[in-house]
Amino acid sequence: MDTHAAYKSRWLPWVLLAPTFVILLVFLYYPTFETFVLSLYRVAFLGLSKQFVGLENYKEIFTDSKYRQIFWNTAVFSFFVVLLSMAVGLGLSVLANQKIRGRGFYRLMLIWPYALSPAVAGVIFLFLFNEQSGIVNYLLSVTLGISPNWLTNPVLAMALLIFVAVWKNVGYNVVFYIAGLQNLPGEVLEAALIDGATPWQRFWKITFPLLGPMTIFLLIMNTIYAFFDAFAFVDLLTKGGPSNATNLLIYNIYRDGFEYYKTGLAAAQSVILFVAVVVLTIIQLRFGESRAHYGG
Amino acid sequence: MAQPQPQTESSRLPGPRPTVRSRKAASHLLVHLLLLAAVFVVAAPLLIAFIFSTQTPAQIFSYPPKFTIGSALVENYKTAWYEYNLGMYMKNSFIIAIAVTVGKTIVSFMAALALVYFRFPLKGAIFIFILLTLMMPTEIMIVALFELVTKLGWSNSYAALIVPFLASATGTFLFRQQFLQIPTSLVDAAKIDGAGPLRFAWSILLPMSFNVIAAMAVIQFVYMWNQYLWPLIVIRENTRQVVQVGLKGLTSGQDATNWGIVMAGTIIALLPALVVFLLLQEQFSRGFAMSEEK
Repeated sequence: MDTHAAYKSRWLPWVLLAPTFVILLVFLYYPTFETFVLSLYRVAFLGLSKQFVGLENYKEIFTDSKYRQIFWNTAVFSFFVVLLSMAVGLGLSVLANQKIRGRGFYRLMLIWPYALSPAVAGVIFLFLFNEQSGIVNYLLSVTLGISPNWLTNPVLAMALLIFVAVWKNVGYNVVFYIAGLQNLPGEVLEAALIDGATPWQRFWKITFPLLGPMTIFLLIMNTIYAFFDAFAFVDLLTKGGPSNATNLLIYNIYRDGFEYYKTGLAAAQSVILFVAVVVLTIIQLRFGESRAHYGG
Repeated sequence: MAQPQPQTESSRLPGPRPTVRSRKAASHLLVHLLLLAAVFVVAAPLLIAFIFSTQTPAQIFSYPPKFTIGSALVENYKTAWYEYNLGMYMKNSFIIAIAVTVGKTIVSFMAALALVYFRFPLKGAIFIFILLTLMMPTEIMIVALFELVTKLGWSNSYAALIVPFLASATGTFLFRQQFLQIPTSLVDAAKIDGAGPLRFAWSILLPMSFNVIAAMAVIQFVYMWNQYLWPLIVIRENTRQVVQVGLKGLTSGQDATNWGIVMAGTIIALLPALVVFLLLQEQFSRGFAMSEEK
């Protein structure tokens, strides 16, 4: 790396780094540290008084059944969003990577929802699935004679959140999986072809293992997406309801922190989420090194 | 995956054994059909949103619903833009998205320049310092960041939406990755010609980095344009609010929701990020591929 470092100066590199350094320190490191500190306090309404309570906030979070449900909801939501967006993304990438006409067109038409915001996706799905004039229920009642209450049935509300999150996120996975497929060593696939392996065998025995590092990377990015981008979906579609059935951790942090003003509790939940992100990032960085021989 | 299909297709063909070509054509047809179905499922919500953004409430609530362009196209978009203040929200979104895109590009370029082309003490430590921020998404610190921004007196200001986002590990590493791919002979030649680091950065690095700059621009613009949680928390005054949060105001009106206007607002709000993405999608994909290798 240092072969590029041709210049030497006592002050210039520091001047160049100063904006990055200051902003990261003040607006990322300091608030992260403060979040840990706040999680040890109980703050009275509007921050008028602050009382040190040690690990009380954590104790409440880990014993209260309401929080147990929120953790469970977050796990269910994240599991299905990650699994479905990656599986569908990989399947579509394999299809769109065949030697067919219009590959570029298909690729673009599959990835554009990446540019939509979770808020926009949330509002559109609120319209599609609303119970009075929603198109989805019209189509379901015409074809199957059913008209489900998407937002008032706990299971359906969660399913709807998962569906909209997957719909918006499949494109992200397609971008990476197509890039991964195009970087696969052609010789190996050709050798398998000559050996008479079926497409199914070729995929599971060769393509999928070779995409392993990409899959780990996407596993982590999708999980982080499920943790955080879920906020707008919940806020616009279900507001955590019915009766907390779709309340996810990030949404509850917002509620505890900015609607109920339980700053300490919100900070403690943030710390828990932070630990999850750190663990995931460490896995990703370690795998990043083992990627050298992958040649991407 | 599509194994049985070619055989059933080809069994209808004359001749004892299917030719390779016909088998291939049949499997290609299947691939096209599956992809077209996927493309339709992906596009349908947006198409429906657009169709209903042109309808009056009576047309929307008619049974069966009409899947044709209605008579309120201009009216719905005008109402969303003026009466629901989407024009104002759009202006705010543009200001913060452009400010962050430009600012972050410059700040990241400078940091990467120092990290790649200079020898200085503590370089490794600075690198780790930047790398670790990958683990700190804004969302996990909203409570503390809100307190900080309030103490700085930035509540309800553009500064709260811009300044915390002006630097990032992703941006720095994107440029670093690009610089490392440029042959060292270039910087050596520049040095021999007597070009200092800033001159070298301006006349050689910058022109060679336009692709990365475009990738940065699309990734950052889309990211900033689509922010929802942080503006929702820190901006309490409508005049400074961004369009993503402004959309929420359309859905929670006093009267029964006029979905035509809501969908018109949604289309308006998604267009800028979508257009930027479509224009720069090549650079975006390349930038993404680079961001994956830290």
